Amino acid sequence: MNSMEPNQAKLSLLYSPEASQSQRTLNPNVTGTSVVALKYKDGVLMAADMGGSYGSTLRYKSIERMKPIGKHSLIGASGEISDFQEVLRYLDELTLQDSMCDDGNSLGPKEIHNYLSCVMYNRRNKFNPLWNSFVLAGVKKKPGVDKSETYLGLVNMIGVNFEDDHVATGFGNHLARPILRDEWREDLSFEEGVRLLEKCMRVLLYRDRSAVNKLQIANITEKGVTISQPYSLKTFWGFSAFQNPTAGAQGS
Amino acid sequence: MTKQHANWSPYDNNGGSVVAIAGADYCVVAADTRMSTGYSILTRGYSKISKLADKAYMASSGFQADVKALQKHLSAKHSIYQHQHNKQMSCPAMAQLLSNTLYFKRFFPYYAFNVLGGLDTEGKGCVFTYDAVGSYERVGYSAQGSGSTLIMPFLDNQLKSPSPLLLPAVDAVTPLSEGEAIDLVKTVFASATERDIYTGDRLEITVLNANGTRTEFMELRKD
Repeated sequence: MNSMEPNQAKLSLLYSPEASQSQRTLNPNVTGTSVVALKYKDGVLMAADMGGSYGSTLRYKSIERMKPIGKHSLIGASGEISDFQEVLRYLDELTLQDSMCDDGNSLGPKEIHNYLSCVMYNRRNKFNPLWNSFVLAGVKKKPGVDKSETYLGLVNMIGVNFEDDHVATGFGNHLARPILRDEWREDLSFEEGVRLLEKCMRVLLYRDRSAVNKLQIANITEKGVTISQPYSLKTFWGFSAFQNPTAGAQGS
Repeated sequence: MTKQHANWSPYDNNGGSVVAIAGADYCVVAADTRMSTGYSILTRGYSKISKLADKAYMASSGFQADVKALQKHLSAKHSIYQHQHNKQMSCPAMAQLLSNTLYFKRFFPYYAFNVLGGLDTEGKGCVFTYDAVGSYERVGYSAQGSGSTLIMPFLDNQLKSPSPLLLPAVDAVTPLSEGEAIDLVKTVFASATERDIYTGDRLEITVLNANGTRTEFMELRKD
């Protein structure tokens, strides 16, 4: 009985929570905030700011949170930036294998979205999620049909996924979606789409503490992906209530 | 050192209600199309109804990623069945498969609340109702999901289901016509939408009968 105990003690340590803590889900470290996207006449527009927060510090201000994938897709990420970089490596591998098939076909946005959903769900099943919400947009011609199809979908860290005419992650879901539900319509022009996205991003800038005023807008059409140069939105702070805010307060 | 509790849950409830009603020679399977998380709506146009076989349709509410995985799993199993048996799975056969699939994950369940509706081998309507771990029974009608507590009592009242304890066994399928059953479903969802925040947007109704399958939609309140 006594000779068994040290071995059993070692075994129990192997299966104890202490041993497996490093493999399990933790808290995110460097995070990106909302991504907002909408379908328009010629394709899909997506916007994300370039901030990477380290807790409550706005640590990084030049992070590109939107990247083209293959020929037909665009991914936007919110959440843990290092997990996003890992996913980009997975997608690189995936698109490389696909092009090596050399069969004239390439993975479209629907396929990439499906792949990502499987990856996210599998990680969730192992209790070790990728701490992200991804927006997947793209345009691809259906084989045998002359018209190209636009696609816009979202997948979050527990594997919940869906497609819609407009999507947003994080705070965008609360602040931007209502605006989009009110003002989005079919066949928006490029300018109207950009204006609508900027309206959403401006509200987020005012109200989301982890937003930074440096954003990019990405456009994907059947011709391909263009991601704009970083720029800032005009803001207005000249409200009379902000002038001399402590007037009349005790001790001022 | 105390065991660390996960500050993260692998589950979420994406809401919604599902209903199925069996008739003498038809079956109605219905679900709303709203997908929510917490107090937000993710999308208003998401279908909860999935065709598992020609004569077996499943409607599921609960955690959407688990529902999708479950649908994929059953679809794959059905493909294999068709290769091995050279025919489609019958509704009762699919019912057993679904139960077994759910119980297989008894200790990390699919958070999915299902109703399976279709036509049995005799062409009569059949409805099977499930809990998240595979407990199931054949019934004449059922409701699951966030609005089920609002819908089920009303169906009990309107469809006057005979007691399952009666001998000889009384058929549970409703004597209502197909049109009357569809109207009942529309009424029931309109009511559930009023009081259940997770039910609404649009209603998708799939009807199976001897002529095949058809789908119709009805708008619901979007608030």
